[in-house]
Amino acid sequence: MIVPARNESSRFPQAPSVFEADCTVKRNAPVTGDYRLLVLNAPRAVLDCEPGQFFHLLCPTTKTFEPYLRRPMSIYGYFPEEGELHFLYKVAGEGTGALATLEPGDALNVLGPLGIGFDIAPDWRRLLLVARGVGLATLAPLALKARALDRTLTAICSARSRDLLMSRDYFEGLGVRVIAVTDDDGSSDIENVRAIIEDLIGGGGVDAFYTCGSNRLLKLLQSIGRAHAIPGQIALEQQMACGLGMCQCCVRAFRADNGIVHRRVCREGPVFDLQEAVGW
Amino acid sequence: MVDLTTRIGSLRLKNPIMPASGTFSEDLADVFDLDLLGAHVTKTITREKRGGNATPRVCEVRGSMLNSIGIPSKGVEAFKAEVLPFYRRYDAPLVVSISAGSADDFARLCAEMTVPGVAAIEVNISCPNIEEDGKAFAMRPSTTETVMTRLRAATDLPLWAKLTPNTGETTEVARAAEAAGADALVVSNTLLAMAVDITTRRPKLGNLMGGLSGPAFKPVALRMAYQCAKSVDIPVIGCGGISTVEDIIEYLIVGCAAVQVGTATFIEPGIMVRMIDGLADYLAQSGLTGVGDLTGSIRDEDASDGMVFMEAAP
Repeated sequence: MIVPARNESSRFPQAPSVFEADCTVKRNAPVTGDYRLLVLNAPRAVLDCEPGQFFHLLCPTTKTFEPYLRRPMSIYGYFPEEGELHFLYKVAGEGTGALATLEPGDALNVLGPLGIGFDIAPDWRRLLLVARGVGLATLAPLALKARALDRTLTAICSARSRDLLMSRDYFEGLGVRVIAVTDDDGSSDIENVRAIIEDLIGGGGVDAFYTCGSNRLLKLLQSIGRAHAIPGQIALEQQMACGLGMCQCCVRAFRADNGIVHRRVCREGPVFDLQEAVGW
Repeated sequence: MVDLTTRIGSLRLKNPIMPASGTFSEDLADVFDLDLLGAHVTKTITREKRGGNATPRVCEVRGSMLNSIGIPSKGVEAFKAEVLPFYRRYDAPLVVSISAGSADDFARLCAEMTVPGVAAIEVNISCPNIEEDGKAFAMRPSTTETVMTRLRAATDLPLWAKLTPNTGETTEVARAAEAAGADALVVSNTLLAMAVDITTRRPKLGNLMGGLSGPAFKPVALRMAYQCAKSVDIPVIGCGGISTVEDIIEYLIVGCAAVQVGTATFIEPGIMVRMIDGLADYLAQSGLTGVGDLTGSIRDEDASDGMVFMEAAP
């Protein structure tokens, strides 16, 4: 079901860019630790995505779970040729709990693609991705696009332990240089990560930072970015209702030229300028 | 061919389905052609810039939601410069929702919004009256009449009064709004409610309390719409918890001339378009010629005592 393309009545029709689409579950299984991979067969119309965009999922209701609102989820992968949409998620509550009950063949309605994704500016040649846990999922499509644009990529992947390192194989498969840091061996300590990044800047150089999900990493990258005048972007989360920009539920504070402003994560984001983001 | 048109005073709508204020914006044009709707209703604007409430601004309760968004507003000048021009491309009438904390400010904003391109003004009198005791204007007949009289003097445009369910004087408030010159009633805004996280023992909303909307609220708003339709001669626009075509039919039967759909759009952004088609199908299949055949068709003659007891039902 694609809704609805009756534009002939409008004098200045605007073609729909966001769709409510019924997808079919192809796979929904645990991958690493608490994380699960959901693979959907999706109509072609919804697969013109940008890295960093998200979908708003109408999670099923079950005996145990009764999510009412849709749940926003960043795209782990979009593959127009295969007709597939991938999400990587961790069961954390009502919505993801319900999502985990989906079986191959089940239907799932998705709304999207939504939001503004990552930029790769023409002069950003050497990219550094830094994220922790499931935050890396959001950066996976960015890595794929950056490779297609022939950029040099390094990813610092942080996790509690080595067996919880997300997407390491995926990134390495793309030819990304992966630096894994963990809490278990202490290498994920913020000062160690700072030293690793300073070495990368002093070595091959870094043109832009990308991150997602961690307040500590945001603050670290803001400080290093300011010191070396390296730009960056961050994908942010916020609880959402409509996902389209109507309800004003998902605002966050940002530092703009004219002081603190509130922006909608769903509409003006979810990707924002690294230095304008305010930690939480 | 069934007739979906409906009249709200001097305004003719091509169908009786429009969005509820606060659940609609230009952004929905990404999903469907907004000209399919009976009317467009903006989020409430205020004269001054407002930031809105602390987050979380929304939480869900079983099958419904609470919100305390807090009327963030870009202010009237930004609205005129940025939002108003967007809607000029559409034939559907634009209804601008306004609010203020005092009758003076309300009247001034009402006059300022009386401009070409605005077809009607919905006055959100369900907001706190900061000059009195913070209680919403529409909680009492007296404050309703005072503010509506000022608003009536401020504009020649149709005035729709949006009532609140947070009152024990529904019919009196409805009559006060009508007496003071309202052209229609929108029934209703959200019901004051609360939810607590039992793990953290904190309120689930940043603002402590918020408005209940969604299917759980529908019977309350439907009851109010019925009471209002029985009490006044001006059109009543039903609003509250509509998520199916059957819900719309129910509101029409109790006396509404049109409806507003809100929270359901958050779940299914294209739902209003499907409801327009669904309503046409229902009318055709039922052998009815138009919306007017449904409006006020409730068979309540056997329950005449209901009028006496309806304010104090157990």
